[in-house]
Amino acid sequence: MSATTLPHDAAGHHGEHHPSGLMRWLTTTNHKDIGTMYMTFSMVMFFLGGLMILLVRAELFQPGLQFLKPEFFNQLIGNHALIMIFGALMPAATGFANWQIPLMIGAPDMALPRLNNWGFWLLPPAALMLTLPFVLELFGVGDGALATGWTFYAPLSVQGGIGVDFAIFAVHLLGISSIMGSINIIVTIFNMRAPGMTLMKMPLFVWGWLVTAFLLVITLPVLAGAVTMLLTDRHFGTHFFSAAGGGDPILFQHLFWFFGHPEVYILLLPVWGLVPHVLSTFSRKPIYGYKAQVYSFIAIGVLSLIVWAHHFFTAGLPVPALLYFMYSTMSISLPLAVLFFCWIATMWRGAMTFETPMLFAVGFIVLFGIAGLTGLVLADVAADAQYHHSYFVVAHFHFALFTGGIMGVMTGVYYWLPKWTGHMYSETLGKLHFWLTVISFNLAFMPQFFLGLAGMPRRIPDYALQFAEYNAISTVGAFILGFAQLLFAYNIWKCIKGGPSVSARVWEGTEGLEWQLPSPPPHHSWDVQPTVK
Amino acid sequence: MSSSPAATPGQAHYFVPQPSIYPFILASGMFMLALGFILKINQFPAGPWIMLAGAATIITMLFKWFGKVIYENQTGAYADWEDRSFRHGMIWFIASEVMFFAAFFSALFYTRNISVPQLGGMLAQHGVTLWEGYTGGWPTAGPKASHFEPMAAWGLPAINTALLLSSGATVTWAHWGLLKNNRFQLMLGLFLTVALGVAFMACQAVEYHHAYTEMGLTLGSGVYGATFFMLTGFHGFHVTLGAVMLTVILLRSMSGHFSAERHFAFEAVAWYWHFVDVVWLLLFVLVYWL
Repeated sequence: MSATTLPHDAAGHHGEHHPSGLMRWLTTTNHKDIGTMYMTFSMVMFFLGGLMILLVRAELFQPGLQFLKPEFFNQLIGNHALIMIFGALMPAATGFANWQIPLMIGAPDMALPRLNNWGFWLLPPAALMLTLPFVLELFGVGDGALATGWTFYAPLSVQGGIGVDFAIFAVHLLGISSIMGSINIIVTIFNMRAPGMTLMKMPLFVWGWLVTAFLLVITLPVLAGAVTMLLTDRHFGTHFFSAAGGGDPILFQHLFWFFGHPEVYILLLPVWGLVPHVLSTFSRKPIYGYKAQVYSFIAIGVLSLIVWAHHFFTAGLPVPALLYFMYSTMSISLPLAVLFFCWIATMWRGAMTFETPMLFAVGFIVLFGIAGLTGLVLADVAADAQYHHSYFVVAHFHFALFTGGIMGVMTGVYYWLPKWTGHMYSETLGKLHFWLTVISFNLAFMPQFFLGLAGMPRRIPDYALQFAEYNAISTVGAFILGFAQLLFAYNIWKCIKGGPSVSARVWEGTEGLEWQLPSPPPHHSWDVQPTVK
Repeated sequence: MSSSPAATPGQAHYFVPQPSIYPFILASGMFMLALGFILKINQFPAGPWIMLAGAATIITMLFKWFGKVIYENQTGAYADWEDRSFRHGMIWFIASEVMFFAAFFSALFYTRNISVPQLGGMLAQHGVTLWEGYTGGWPTAGPKASHFEPMAAWGLPAINTALLLSSGATVTWAHWGLLKNNRFQLMLGLFLTVALGVAFMACQAVEYHHAYTEMGLTLGSGVYGATFFMLTGFHGFHVTLGAVMLTVILLRSMSGHFSAERHFAFEAVAWYWHFVDVVWLLLFVLVYWL
């Protein structure tokens, strides 16, 4: 791809006023400003969710109840998940989308800039909704935050306190935010591409987000419907999830996981999109199997919509349903294996160097591979009966969502941060951050596979003595992992404030439109669209 | 303010609006509305007042924001390129609405075909039952909810079907009028559409009143009552929104905002109205009739 027209910033924008200070951020319609807000929000939520789980891990350091009440323990684990998924990971991916999609497809901005700003500003109120009940309880109002785990299973959530109501409306706000964000991304991709950029010339990151956005538009309204039924069951006398009225608690599980399973891919697809760019750059080779990766994204997106019941194999589903959901789930491993093959083939015989983004990308492939393989184990109906609701599941989805999701985000941050700020981050700190993260992550979560195999149930604040050593190790790992992230935040902060200047291409092997703009890119990037050959 | 004289990507300047405070205030209003509602359903006296403040904020912001968009439209800020963004956006918004209704239809299918037959067939299948004497069947309020009379299809609901289908026809007739520059046909068609929509809502109100006072059919009437009122209720809410939007379009038509070539707002609302129409057909067949 090459551009024949270079951007000139001022054209067509004379007489604009730009509020400064706080008002700049409250009112902005600029995709870069909005992207920055998403990333900042994500970072704050990442530390908040991390703090919550460190309290949990501190409690689990030893058997017996140390210093958390079980009720508070329950509130922490559910909110840790909601905050990490909806507060940290999804906004980070959306932040990338906002920053990168217009740069990568040669668009002047996102297609619907005010809607974009609205989508972001729905997030802080939603975060407030989730955390407010913790504060209210201190003043004697209500009995704390959502204590059902993030999945809100009925009938527990029907009986829960005011925290459930807050979480229901937090989900509504988050849902509206994500649907608006996704509509904007779909419209931007369909309508704003530079002339000559056909769909099959689009960068993989953009393809990953296109599939993600469709999944969000399809599944989030179903979650909104499910929590609405929960609300009416709680307060308005309906019987959706109550057998006394002909309903069924398992209906909630179906509706929840119709959203919940695609949600996993919503979190992962943007990362799968960005990792190939990084691998290609630092292997100094073109992306291997571009088309195969695009078709795999689409196949995984479609399959993710029809496998949801593998999250509750033990709920008492009929055998034909179990078989169907087992085989359909396992079939996802086919397109996923294609992706792994392409990632490795991209590096094959490349002139590889290992700057921080590349370290994270390779670490991602290895550790996310473990998530995929343990997922196959869980997809097996017969085996799942033993692993269900054990720490094996906890370890599995943290390998999926921490290494697959968060480490992918870190890959992207280190890769694009110099582009965004115009400065190089500290490579030494970045590498230190990588090694601390990878080692402590495995220290924290690898023992949990064995705990789960040995029968330790998840979401319980106390445990039997035989689980003590592995839990102690896991807690030590979790604390190192948590504090290592301060290095990440510090490195980003330093890079925003200053550091060695970088060229437009930043890295030696980069390809694509975004690298033709100066670093940092001007406020309005592709005011005149480039032409792609 | 930059406008876009040319129409194709690559040559034109896409319209990127100036910074705006409306989205932030709208989000704050939504927060207040949700917070007030939570407090209200948990019996805190401040709830309704916070809700009111939130609702007032939201309505004010919708007026301001849409007003701004209409102003931009009328002053020529949007060309074909921007128009396509709005079209794509509306299509995928309606798609998300379809999935919202899909959730409630799923609840209906699940309870009718899975949970109710299982509850009724426990004795036959397992030799034991928690619900002595309950045999399932449809319509049902489940084993423990109170007796009710189901809503018959061929009374008011059939009339409502006729009303909504006619309104789908009149809005298309209005569109033909717009395309032919026949302003009288445009406005008469829109007026009839709004009138049919209001008549539909009136019938729906009568039906709800009848259900609650005469038939013992309430939200609490087991899964039948829950699915019936949630599906028809959310549909009615969408009809109300659609009628409000059609009224705005009627007023804008009277002010001469639309031309035969450029009338995206009209089309968006017409799409929305047809979507509401199709949902009703599904409701009529699956909730009332079968």
